[in-house]
Amino acid sequence: MGTIIETNNLRAYYITNAYGVERTVKAVDDITLRIQEGEVYGIAGESGCGKSTLLRVLLNAYDPPLTVVGGEVVYHLDGERVNAADMTEEQQRDLRWRTISYIPQGSMHVLNPVRRIRDSFHDFISAHRDVSKAESFALTANYLRDLGLPEKVLASYPHQLSGGMRQRVTIALATILWPKLIFADEPTTALDVVVQRGVIQMLKDVQQNEGSTLVLITHDIGVHANLADRIAILYAGKLVEEAATQTILESPRHPYTRFLIESLPSLDSREERLSIPGRPPALDRPPSGCRFHERCPLAKDICKTIEPALIEIAPKHFTACHVVEEELSHASAV
Amino acid sequence: MPQQSDGPKTPPPAPARQDGEGSQRLPLPDSSGGPRGVLLQIENLSKVFHIRQGFSSQEFHAVDKASIVIDSDKPEIFAVVGESGSGKTTLAKMVLGMEAASEGILRYKNRVINDISSKEMKTWFYREVQPVFQDPFAAFSPLKRIDGYLFETAANYKMANKKEAPRYINEVLSEVGLTLAEIAGRYPNELSGGQAQRVAIARALLTKPSLIVADEPVSMLDASLRMSIVNMFRNLKDHSEVSVIYITHDLATAFYAGDRIAVMLRGWIVEMGPTEQVLGNPLHPYTQNLKTSIPSIRSSDAWNEKIDLAVIETDEYTRTGCKFAGRCPAVMDICHDNIPPNVQHQGRSVKCFLYEDDGAPTSQKVATPALG
Ligand SMILES: Nc1ncnc2c1ncn2[C@@H]1O[C@H](COP(=O)(O)OP(=O)(O)OP(=O)(O)O)[C@@H](O)[C@H]1O
Ligand SMILES: Nc1ncnc2c1ncn2[C@@H]1O[C@H](COP(=O)(O)OP(=O)(O)OP(=O)(O)O)[C@@H](O)[C@H]1O
Ligand code: SF4
Ligand code: SF4
Ligand SMILES: [Mg+2]
Ligand SMILES: [Mg+2]
Repeated sequence: MGTIIETNNLRAYYITNAYGVERTVKAVDDITLRIQEGEVYGIAGESGCGKSTLLRVLLNAYDPPLTVVGGEVVYHLDGERVNAADMTEEQQRDLRWRTISYIPQGSMHVLNPVRRIRDSFHDFISAHRDVSKAESFALTANYLRDLGLPEKVLASYPHQLSGGMRQRVTIALATILWPKLIFADEPTTALDVVVQRGVIQMLKDVQQNEGSTLVLITHDIGVHANLADRIAILYAGKLVEEAATQTILESPRHPYTRFLIESLPSLDSREERLSIPGRPPALDRPPSGCRFHERCPLAKDICKTIEPALIEIAPKHFTACHVVEEELSHASAV
Repeated sequence: MPQQSDGPKTPPPAPARQDGEGSQRLPLPDSSGGPRGVLLQIENLSKVFHIRQGFSSQEFHAVDKASIVIDSDKPEIFAVVGESGSGKTTLAKMVLGMEAASEGILRYKNRVINDISSKEMKTWFYREVQPVFQDPFAAFSPLKRIDGYLFETAANYKMANKKEAPRYINEVLSEVGLTLAEIAGRYPNELSGGQAQRVAIARALLTKPSLIVADEPVSMLDASLRMSIVNMFRNLKDHSEVSVIYITHDLATAFYAGDRIAVMLRGWIVEMGPTEQVLGNPLHPYTQNLKTSIPSIRSSDAWNEKIDLAVIETDEYTRTGCKFAGRCPAVMDICHDNIPPNVQHQGRSVKCFLYEDDGAPTSQKVATPALG
């Protein structure tokens, strides 16, 4: 299976001008990645580091103030290489409707508040397929039942559902027509662990049955562990580490990733756990050199001035860190 | 991005907004003595919703006779976990006066707070008790700059005068890992999910409340920020005598931060007691089910067997016996038609027939442990 989406040196900034104060937030800054067809590509990283922004650019669904200031997004569709920036309206619509489905963060809001759930489904399904109301209702009822949602949901308005129910309804809406490419931004945050597990299973089923590609953002590393094939770690707009899931979980190399994995609380101990020192950097004035240097216990002088490159430190394991790179060159010099 | 916020959604979580400017008179909190000791008392609290289906209307209990007491001389973090749709938010909304209770009594510092519609009551109550909600974007209007809310709250509750306000607000923001400079002038959609949530928490802290009711305050945050927020709750409890009702799906942080915990299922509290006992050694079959479903990061523990969501929720609210009977691995005949009692067992209360007769599961009952 080949690459389905790639980015090359992608930069996407929020450029705003409020009351004469210009602000440029470098939310995605020089990111190069390849997403393979049929894989589950997990994205993790600190709150505010640019995950949702990256996803919106990958989807080619963004508006000012978000602006792509450099690099490109390329789709590989039916063997053809299409640059997102060059797509015609028609191609975009086709892509959006036939191939891609997007479950946005906080997706409980995408449901129309004044329509009953079954009508929202009918609106959606009939926009894509020629179905009668009865057919779309039946399809919807079946699908929702598989997801463990009670019958009453069909006739409910969104505000009558709990947060978790709304989220599942949204996921159902996004997957009912079995899309090829699914982008899910925090799809399980409002769910209890039992239902979360069911939803993940369902995403996995859709993904496997259809050979779909799933790009998954979540803060829940346990969810990545159970679903993702590979994980990308973002820090302050940069891709700092990328590897197979197991590698990230068991032998992460980037100091940020190591903090991230180690700060996970568990039911084993109530002993005080520390969070990563310092604060997430503000992306309108990102730190110089390595963006993690103000918080990194391993930081050296070079880290303050020179940005580390993302290098392949082991097959398919990429890390951007001076210290790791140095260790590597020592090891290979021996 | 347009937000469709003004539909029939959750009520505005911003009591401060409704109070407007004129909260001149300082309210009269209950300093008149009276039996001290109880901060919040929830007594047999229920919420009944009616769902119209065709011509008939179905009635169900989103919260069914919940009772919880939080002492005032012993601030605590009281965690509430459980199923999605089990009534946690509804419970929180009743405590916060945003949803009327159908039954039962709510007391805060010895005052009945079932009805806090009077202005004086409201001002007093919302200075004492502050909400933090699941969805930070719903808490802020997309058309209003986010720092405006903080200044408004500080002014409405007279927490700082005009000159001191920026300093005070910045100080509170720094507790959640933000600075005023960073958010000044921004609209909610210019913040990431986690940033918006931290602003919402900061706003709750501005009034120096005694009780924070936090409904999934960390679900939008990464692990490290989650820890810093729950550590902040622990600090507030230890050093500022603030109690926190901490509603979450994240059992690990509930375990870490919670002193006591209540596990909810379909409107019932099925297990309640010290967190270490309840999550360390869960007794109720549903709590056991929850615990084994926590996704592990050890690949060897990846979930193998499938779970069938279809049996969940479909008819559980309307069951006549135990709501968990349809999927309980330990189910007995008696469970189908009878409501299980709240049994005191091993330092907690459990709503389950297995622990009746003061406990020791009978031999027939023992055939339970292998849950998954
Ligand atoms: N419309 C906007 N205008 C200006 N800045 C923005 C806008 N939207 C997002 N940002 C900023 O861009 C950065 C990245 O935001 P993004 O939403 O991509 O983060 P995230 O990684 O998804 O975080 P979270 O995990 O909290 O959802 C943040 O610093 C945020 O403040
Ligand atoms: N206004 C309403 N009208 C009718 N039913 C409602 C209303 N609000 C909530 N419900 C129902 O009450 C039940 C409990 O909802 P609640 O939001 O309290 O659950 P929750 O435990 O907070 O769930 P989650 O973890 O998913 O947020 C759900 O079945 C929901 O559909
Ligand atoms: S490059 Fe330097 S500052 Fe950055 S992560 Fe590596 S050691 Fe730390
Ligand atoms: S009462 Fe019966 S069905 Fe309910 S949890 Fe206990 S054993 Fe299971
Ligand atoms: Mg995001
Ligand atoms: Mg809720």
